[in-house]
Amino acid sequence: MSGQAHVVEPMQADVSPLLEVRGLSKNFGRGRSLVQALAGRRGGVLQAVRDVSFSVRPGEVLGVVGESGCGKSTLGRCIAGLNAPSAGEIRWQGRPLAELGDRRAASRLIQMIFQDPYSSLNPRMTVGQTIEEVLVAHGLHGGRETRAARVDELLATVGLSPRHKERLPHAMSGGQRQRVSIARALAVEPKLIIADEPVSALDASVQAQIINLFEELRDRLGIAFIFIAHDLNVVRHISHRVAVMYLGEVMEITQADALFEAPRHPYTKALLSAIPWPDPDRRTTVTSLEGEPPDPLHPPVGCSFSSRCAWAQAACRAERPPLAAYDESHDVRCIRMYEID
Amino acid sequence: MIVSSPLLQVADLVTRFGAVTAVDNVSFDIRPGEIFGLVGESGCGKSATCRSLIRLFGGASAEIAGGSILFQGSDLAQLDSRAMEDVRGNRIAMIFQDPMTALNPTMRIGEQIAEGVRRHRGLKGEAARREVITLLESVGVTSAASRLAAYPHEFSGGMRQRVLIAIALACRPRLLIADEPTTALDVTIQDQILKLILRLRDETGLAVLMVTHDLGVVAQTCDRVAVMYAGRIVERGDTRQIFSRPAHPYTRALLDALPAHTGRGTRLKPLGGEPPDLSAPPPGCRFHPRCDFATAVCRAAEPSLQPIETGHDTACLRAGELGL
Repeated sequence: MSGQAHVVEPMQADVSPLLEVRGLSKNFGRGRSLVQALAGRRGGVLQAVRDVSFSVRPGEVLGVVGESGCGKSTLGRCIAGLNAPSAGEIRWQGRPLAELGDRRAASRLIQMIFQDPYSSLNPRMTVGQTIEEVLVAHGLHGGRETRAARVDELLATVGLSPRHKERLPHAMSGGQRQRVSIARALAVEPKLIIADEPVSALDASVQAQIINLFEELRDRLGIAFIFIAHDLNVVRHISHRVAVMYLGEVMEITQADALFEAPRHPYTKALLSAIPWPDPDRRTTVTSLEGEPPDPLHPPVGCSFSSRCAWAQAACRAERPPLAAYDESHDVRCIRMYEID
Repeated sequence: MIVSSPLLQVADLVTRFGAVTAVDNVSFDIRPGEIFGLVGESGCGKSATCRSLIRLFGGASAEIAGGSILFQGSDLAQLDSRAMEDVRGNRIAMIFQDPMTALNPTMRIGEQIAEGVRRHRGLKGEAARREVITLLESVGVTSAASRLAAYPHEFSGGMRQRVLIAIALACRPRLLIADEPTTALDVTIQDQILKLILRLRDETGLAVLMVTHDLGVVAQTCDRVAVMYAGRIVERGDTRQIFSRPAHPYTRALLDALPAHTGRGTRLKPLGGEPPDLSAPPPGCRFHPRCDFATAVCRAAEPSLQPIETGHDTACLRAGELGL
């Protein structure tokens, strides 16, 4: 694929970013219970995303990994406009995203794909209707016949044939349904697709088909991706850069190879050593990380990972560490990043 | 490895759900203290196989239509439902993928574990309470005494799975059937639960039937493994043999499709097509419509498991000539 000259090389630092996220936070208020209200207490606030900043260049795949409740899905939903951020800014090609117009205008640029294609497709609409609806809603490909041709073209792009148009979602396999939701996302010719656990509900052999499709779209159409997933092997395979999240924060962000080969954050190290590696000659016997993530309503003072970190010292529990540069393309939120190994 | 006589011997097991033969002539054995993996994709019959062993079909109208399940000298396939109840949860215990639905949401954790302790072990009062605490501690639940009064919803997914394992261990079973026990868990919690199962095996000599779709889980935990496809075992052997010398094209395809086995910048090698409809399976080898190596003979003759090296069997007519 490297032979294709028109593909934007996403790793060039001088290419201006497509998307910039600056200091993004999302809080979910927990309403006060009656007892709390009578006692004059305030309800708790869940900080799902805390002060997240990063950028995505055209054609780049940014992987976002982390365990349940780390805020990776909320982050994706904020960027896609499905949740309103509590603080921070999202910029598109240097301008605030809000200046581009309404949600519809933004959705021409940014599309989202979800984990379970069965619940994100209307069960009573055929595949053809589902895709055509997007074209109609956005006023694309005016005439009925040109629209039908476009639907066929989109189906072909995702590896389905025109005969699938008449099918209802229930009559398709999980892999085929995910192809339909990808075709629907592609209908508006977006520049960025946010894919939230798009392959985790699929069997291994089908998973590989869909990952290949994403890579094809990345290389052929130059679409950028934010690829949110918990499967680190999948993320490594598809991503140029990877961000690791824990309790709403980015703990480490760098090139995929650097993250997997030379992680600097203790949480990233633990996460990588917890992957059950499909090689019986590489068995691990030590548990990678003890305990469970803390209650997000009461995150630890200081570093969010300090309550489980084997390297934590008094300083780690006193103050929240900044996301600081380890080298020019590698940021780590750990005050001991140079010491630990 | 010390070769001891099998704890469980499954021979030619056939289980039907109406017109669908979900388990078709499945044979394997598990030795004491062994972790045996049953791996395959959705609908391959791996869950139906383990549910057949203890005859828990969750209300579905299933019947064991053939074969035998020898366990500690008796054929479970022949037992009446009363006798089966005695085996279930006593000598064989089972844990499931989703611990929330396997626990009673309206009952305190301590009480749910105590039920098994009282029923199968005959302990009462303070002795039962002490045993419950010991069990919870053995599965890694800290400050166990103070958590007996908690309800399942107050526990995380990982903690619920620990509770389920404690309930399973309450009767000191010889065989634990673990059906996708970590599929719903995060990777660091999965790691904790897998290490817990390995530790319990090492400490108590418990045998485990590990049902999973995840080849990583197989590689990290299982001593031997059987690969299932469309209701049948297509390959069986030591875990190392299966991973280093896969002898069936389906096993090979599963391993090739793993991102972990493929360098970045290279396309994955997915397996084309879909598994067959089990109410009308293809003739001959069930994998032939998706197999790169299928010939006319594969479409006509049904392959049976044949040894390809010591302890390693494969159901592929072309295994000898392919040298996969």
